[in-house]
Amino acid sequence: MNEQLAYTIEVFANGLMAGVLYALVALGFVLIYKASGIFNFAQGVMALFAAMTLVGIQNGQVPFAHLINSIFGTDIHYFGWTVHSAFAIILTVGVMVLLAVFVQRFVFRHLVGQEPIILFMATIGLAYFLEGMADLMWGSDIKTLNVCATEGACLPQGMNVWLEGTTYEALGYGFFIDNLDIVASIVAAFLVIGLVMFAQYTKQGRAMRAVADDHQAALSVGVSLNFIWILVWSLAGFVALVAGIMWGAKSGVQFSLSLIALKALPVLMLGGFTSIPGAIVGGLIIGVGEKMFEFLIGAPFLGGATENWFAYMLALVFLVFRPQGLFGEKIIERV
Amino acid sequence: MKLKLATMAVAGLMAAGPVLADLVMPSLSFRTGPYAVGGIPLADGYADYFTLVNERDGGIGGVPVRVLECETAYNTEKGVECYEATKGEGSLLYQPFSTGITYQLIPKVTADGIALHTMGYGRTSAANGKVFSNVFNFPANYWDAASVAINYLLDENGGDIKGRKIALVYHNSAYGKEPIRTLETLAEKHGFELSLLPVDHPGQEQKSQWLQIRREKPDTVLMWGWGVMNQVAIQEAANIRYPMENFIGVWWSGAEADVIPVGAAANGYKALTMNGVGKNFPIYDDLQKYVYDAGKSAGAGDQSGTVLYSRTIYAGFLAHMAILKAQEMHGVADITQAMMVDGMENLVITNEMMEKYGVTGMGPEFAVSCENHGGPGLGAVTQWDAAAGVWNQISEFKASDKEVIDALIEEDSMAFAAENNIDLRCN
Repeated sequence: MNEQLAYTIEVFANGLMAGVLYALVALGFVLIYKASGIFNFAQGVMALFAAMTLVGIQNGQVPFAHLINSIFGTDIHYFGWTVHSAFAIILTVGVMVLLAVFVQRFVFRHLVGQEPIILFMATIGLAYFLEGMADLMWGSDIKTLNVCATEGACLPQGMNVWLEGTTYEALGYGFFIDNLDIVASIVAAFLVIGLVMFAQYTKQGRAMRAVADDHQAALSVGVSLNFIWILVWSLAGFVALVAGIMWGAKSGVQFSLSLIALKALPVLMLGGFTSIPGAIVGGLIIGVGEKMFEFLIGAPFLGGATENWFAYMLALVFLVFRPQGLFGEKIIERV
Repeated sequence: MKLKLATMAVAGLMAAGPVLADLVMPSLSFRTGPYAVGGIPLADGYADYFTLVNERDGGIGGVPVRVLECETAYNTEKGVECYEATKGEGSLLYQPFSTGITYQLIPKVTADGIALHTMGYGRTSAANGKVFSNVFNFPANYWDAASVAINYLLDENGGDIKGRKIALVYHNSAYGKEPIRTLETLAEKHGFELSLLPVDHPGQEQKSQWLQIRREKPDTVLMWGWGVMNQVAIQEAANIRYPMENFIGVWWSGAEADVIPVGAAANGYKALTMNGVGKNFPIYDDLQKYVYDAGKSAGAGDQSGTVLYSRTIYAGFLAHMAILKAQEMHGVADITQAMMVDGMENLVITNEMMEKYGVTGMGPEFAVSCENHGGPGLGAVTQWDAAAGVWNQISEFKASDKEVIDALIEEDSMAFAAENNIDLRCN
């Protein structure tokens, strides 16, 4: 196989994989925006908070240990046990549900009917509150994330050797794909299918869509707005946990994890703020677009590091021609 | 009436007792934010060093040291705010551990007559004391680091690296770009092929760069990273099965937090260092006795012995010696900011001093002068042993190529002096 063609295919495939990871973050934004019209600035921090909570529970870390030790003069840090990944994930989902209840009860219930910019500002406040809370609960140091089904069967890292060997024998060039990216793609696929099925075929899902379409009409037929918003924030919390696990496995769980939100914005601009499939397709286009541009033009002619700005430029171009995004709902206001 | 008021004022002052002087050492920490992973051990080490000095020695020259911590979150604006908020307290020496904050503070400390120490970071050409009166970057700077890495490769390859391919993966910022000029000059001198691979902040996504490395197969990869960029780069290198022993990070890419998340795959990764690593220094016995066992550790008390913690133990030691020098020069214990600048500029570090304070081998012997604020420019190479979970020093502290570095420093600092109408000192 022609070497240049092989490289191009490899970059394309890795772009798709990167796009899936971006889409995982974007999904959380879409869920909340779709149901409540809130652009959740705190989504990246939710991913951080969820991942830190997961590692903390797994490692048997005492939450607020530093605070407790400062007040009572004690020296406790760990309970002395570890928790299996599956159970820790369930407990973390529980924490994210509690967070959703807290957010709904103490923040957004008081802001019903406010301008979107007010709601957006509230999510900025929430982001910084959550960041501080994560620090207070679990500390600021980097944490290694090991999500394992059984001992030795953890989230895989590194090159997929089978794929490399097979493509080398067949094509004369061994392609690189990261095992973690393959897992992330499978998880994202299940997540999207699950979310779409939930929205289409369950009572709560239909109620969620009803609220998204017209919350006053939904209220008039007996849908509980409070419950739906708690449900949506819980789902967004779950998506944040999945994103936090995938990104945290790459870099360790640390405070910069919250910055993954920056990777989701062009995806949202391109895919639309209200479409779950749009988040996936948008992620794939951004992932492939930025990687191919870097490979073909950025690195050879522009000195590299073009991915960040190119992703936004690509999204901007789409925005000019289709402001609602590829899959977003076109807003038509008639006078 | 006036007499009555004056008497009352004097009585009030007497009742308040003598004002206890202290030596104020500001600590511009970043325990929060995306770079907290590096900031926590740096802040803890610095605080613990001066706690030790207070507890063991009763301060410096009999005057207690007060560490004034101000959180910057590694944010330049907050760093400047911290400087403005603390300088009036009589702060003797600033060490922001941030190149961005350093650049903003250089004109401020110069105007205010306060010392700024940026060991291994900041503005490299500040090593020229003729131009930068208040800035010190001993014992080594970024350009020394680049040269030490190349010298190490020369040693490893029998003095010949002609035709070898060396890639620099760097944080796409002023910090990350620092070694480029030096490496380009050294590439011309030694005939190696240099390729540059920038990574945008924060560095969580580096797939393109590492696919490029996989395609181009450089003999050596150098890294100028910080924060999350380090962990991701080491993980990506492991993913493409790049030989870790050919991957060398700068001293800001060589801490425990950079390699532990990668696990066993990080084994063999190398990094430069400007200070000795590990806990095999007598000062750790004192820290145990006077600080840890006494429950006076800074932060969570879990950073002892890490690379960055030891770095600020060493930074604290250098500041301590500069204060002693200033006290000796001026014959007073409670020194002023201007006296501290003198202490820094006349600092001499000897093996006897290092032995006395339990840091033998943590750094080289050197002397600072009016002309040379940069020190000897020595660096060593360390290697990560993943099984043992320790960094091992695998080379001696060796000098950079001063012929190249000094010329670059001279050129850059003189351009700065001309731009800013600075009269040269030390004549």
